[in-house]
Amino acid sequence: MAVLMEKTFPVRAGAYETAGEASTTIKRTLKQLGVSADVLRHVSVACYEVELNLVIHSDGGELILQVEPEKVTLISRDQGPGIPDIGKAMTEGFSTANEEARTLGFGAGMGLPNMKRNATEFDIQSEVGVGTTITMSFALKA
Amino acid sequence: MEETKRFHSVRLEKDKCRACTNCLKRCPTEAIRVRGGSAHIIDERCIDCGVCIRVCDYHAKVAVTDPLSIIEGWKYRIALPAPSLYGQFKNLKNIGQLLNGLKELGFDDVFEVARGADVVSRAIRERLKKPDIPRPVISSACPAIVRLIQVRFPDLIDHIVDIRQPMEVAAMIAKKEFARKHQVSEKEIGCFFLTPCPAKVTAIRNPIGHEKSAVDGAISVLDIYGPLSSAMRRAPEDETLKTSSDFGVGWARSGGECDAVCPEASMAVDGITNCIRVLEEIEDNRLNGLEFFEGAACTGGCVGGPLNFENNYVARNWIRRLVDIRNAELNVDNGMMTKYQLYDSRRIQPNSVMKLDDDLLEAMRKMERIEEIYATLPGYDCGSCGSPTCRTFAEDIVQGNAREMDCIHKMKEQLKVMAQQMVDIAETQRE
Repeated sequence: MAVLMEKTFPVRAGAYETAGEASTTIKRTLKQLGVSADVLRHVSVACYEVELNLVIHSDGGELILQVEPEKVTLISRDQGPGIPDIGKAMTEGFSTANEEARTLGFGAGMGLPNMKRNATEFDIQSEVGVGTTITMSFALKA
Repeated sequence: MEETKRFHSVRLEKDKCRACTNCLKRCPTEAIRVRGGSAHIIDERCIDCGVCIRVCDYHAKVAVTDPLSIIEGWKYRIALPAPSLYGQFKNLKNIGQLLNGLKELGFDDVFEVARGADVVSRAIRERLKKPDIPRPVISSACPAIVRLIQVRFPDLIDHIVDIRQPMEVAAMIAKKEFARKHQVSEKEIGCFFLTPCPAKVTAIRNPIGHEKSAVDGAISVLDIYGPLSSAMRRAPEDETLKTSSDFGVGWARSGGECDAVCPEASMAVDGITNCIRVLEEIEDNRLNGLEFFEGAACTGGCVGGPLNFENNYVARNWIRRLVDIRNAELNVDNGMMTKYQLYDSRRIQPNSVMKLDDDLLEAMRKMERIEEIYATLPGYDCGSCGSPTCRTFAEDIVQGNAREMDCIHKMKEQLKVMAQQMVDIAETQRE
């Protein structure tokens, strides 16, 4: 099935002042499309986590929203630095967040596991020096 | 007040409306449009928060309430004063004086909504012991916030505590106690809420989590303020009518409910735009460890209600003087928890008015059209077209409720093109 709707949101590294804006727009979009409350909740949580990850950990990237009749997909794509050990990054409590992020209350090491928990399907690809792509899909019940 | 399917206390008085953009721009659910030289309210979207009443310089937005004379239709009349009423009087010696003043006005008895708040506080404390409600548990006290969640945060409905509002609980207890004490039928007793806001009036007409309201009418604080002030001068000061605790009275202002139910892990937010911001955070799971959220649509909480007489900061201060939260005690026994119908009897439903279409594919098509139109608009969000923002204007066009030329900036562009065409025509004819 071809992708029916796609929106791209650029996210700058370290841009705490606008962090969460893409998530707010994505939530509004899904509410207007009439996506059910439980799906909305899962997307909201995962979306904010992934957007914050781009701000805190990446060298900048983008968040892509795709809506198809049977699912919503969120793709986070960045230009680096890449994750050396994905297994470790997926462990609850593990975090490489810097001091600035930690003072803001981030970096509890729950980000990636939390995304995986909320998505129907979760995929992460990363190469050091190249970048990370996270793909999450959320099934829309008929 | 006539019974309609979608009753609203907030109304527009057309002849006073100057078609400015004050209310248009401030409505939290984008429920107002200016069309044909006057504002109008989209019924499905309005949550009766009263923001438009407060911002209208021409007093064209009003709240429909019951006149004091409504009580004459009842054999026995009980006044239910909102806790925020206690904050309306300078030099109030004690609450007893105010309650006795109400009896002077023709009420047979007075039952404090603050006492209802005591019972509700206890019920919420019990609910917070159960882990099955998603956290944070959201207060159901402000009907405008509950309706805001129905419209803008349908995914947070499960967080709303399933306990009725203090005024409902107060009316139930008041009727039962009065009927027993005086050996009369409950049907002959009318309970009247003295209301600081239109949202409560609507909640009486159209209850959200249950069928019929136990409250029989709502009288605006503004309407009762004058008569009550004079009545209080001749009223005794004895406190026998006062049964509420300082916790219940504290509900008058933002944070009072938190104090009473869960001071250690709660958050109180006042003002509807502030509430929207924090609800967004709750939606994103950003507020870990938060047990209870109290949101009030009005600044300062109920003391900020648009039907109050006193400025909300002043009223808040009077309330602060009347209560001593540190030494307050909630005096509600176990019997109260089972004797009355404190809990909602039906699920709160989402209000899907934001949805562009029932069919997902059609909704997507409409969204695409909205994006296309939005890209051609100036982005001034000036409101001249009659829609609150350029984005809502694009939505209105796609939904068939506005035309592109309603935008004065687009119209100007179009005129420029037409003027140039006329010049061109004129010049060709000269040659």
